[in-house]
Amino acid sequence: MVEVFLEGLSSIARYIIPALLVGIPFYALAVRKIPVYEVFVDGAKDGFTIAVRIIPYLVAILVAVGMFRASGALELLLNALAPVLNFVGFPPENLPLALMRPLSGSGSLGLLTDLVNEHGADSLFAKIGATMYGSSETTFYVLAVYFGSVGVVRSRHAIPAGLFADAVGAIAAVFFCKLLLG
Amino acid sequence: MLNYIWFGMMAIAVVAGILTGRIDAVTEAAIDMAKVSVEIAIGLIGIMALWLGTMKIAEESGLIRVIARLLRPITIRLFPDVPADHPAIGSIVLNMSANMLGLGNAATPLGLKAMEELQELNDRKDTATNAMVMFLAINTSSVQLILPATVVALMGATASEIFITTILATSCSTIAAIAAVKFLERRKRFAMPAEDANNG
Repeated sequence: MVEVFLEGLSSIARYIIPALLVGIPFYALAVRKIPVYEVFVDGAKDGFTIAVRIIPYLVAILVAVGMFRASGALELLLNALAPVLNFVGFPPENLPLALMRPLSGSGSLGLLTDLVNEHGADSLFAKIGATMYGSSETTFYVLAVYFGSVGVVRSRHAIPAGLFADAVGAIAAVFFCKLLLG
Repeated sequence: MLNYIWFGMMAIAVVAGILTGRIDAVTEAAIDMAKVSVEIAIGLIGIMALWLGTMKIAEESGLIRVIARLLRPITIRLFPDVPADHPAIGSIVLNMSANMLGLGNAATPLGLKAMEELQELNDRKDTATNAMVMFLAINTSSVQLILPATVVALMGATASEIFITTILATSCSTIAAIAAVKFLERRKRFAMPAEDANNG
């Protein structure tokens, strides 16, 4: 049943973008008599400015994250945290991914691939990892892009709230996988 | 906050790099990532233009207003500072819908458009408003109904098992995000700074 639902969802998703690209101008042209080509070009102009505007924010965040990843600091942190996590039932195998997820999308995908290769897609570690990966976003990247695009530099409570949500998501991933798939 | 985290990540990286003997890799990562950042931004231009153009049509034809009105009962609670008929609400709703359906390419331009519209309501252009932080937190906690294609490819047949756990976990993280934002925005520590404040 889940498979059918899943397939249904992804086959709907396949048609959404083409439907939007044609449906929106169709409604505007046929119902509202809007000069769609002119309006499209006018709106599209902003694409360049916004993309260029986020460059300094992206450089700042991605360079810091890249240095952090390359330094092996994550492994040092893992060694320090492993005994505590073992105690509360959080599998140490899944900790690197949980810590990497808010920092780097490609980095966490790499770690998920490692989990699958090492333990198999059938293993609980891989399932927890895939759940963590799928249930969260790259917090620091999204922050740099979204706030950067409007020049916001003071993020106030965005980072604590985002990281708290990431932690809750990671713990929930472990909990539900152990409960339902373990 | 960001000042300390940003500096902290680099400082820890340099110290750890020296301790683990990977200082060359740290240097290389800094230079590589600076290049990658520009590549990401440049790669966004075309997709941004496509969606911003289409969104402009949707806006002028009144479609955005219709969508915003439909979801008013939810958005008015999440974004009490944003007028219910403001165009930002339409963009926010569209961004969330795109995220739910796993349409990342469409979600980012829609999200940036929403940010721009939220910025219009902001008196302190360098500081995030409550609505901006709420919108960002919901985005980073991810509200996907469809598994990322990369996960499906990696997990193969087990992907359908992950489906339910992912929805449960992502619901928990989104609820946590909303609760944390609502709780923290009232704290003095995170209040909108006064004109001359210089911490952040």
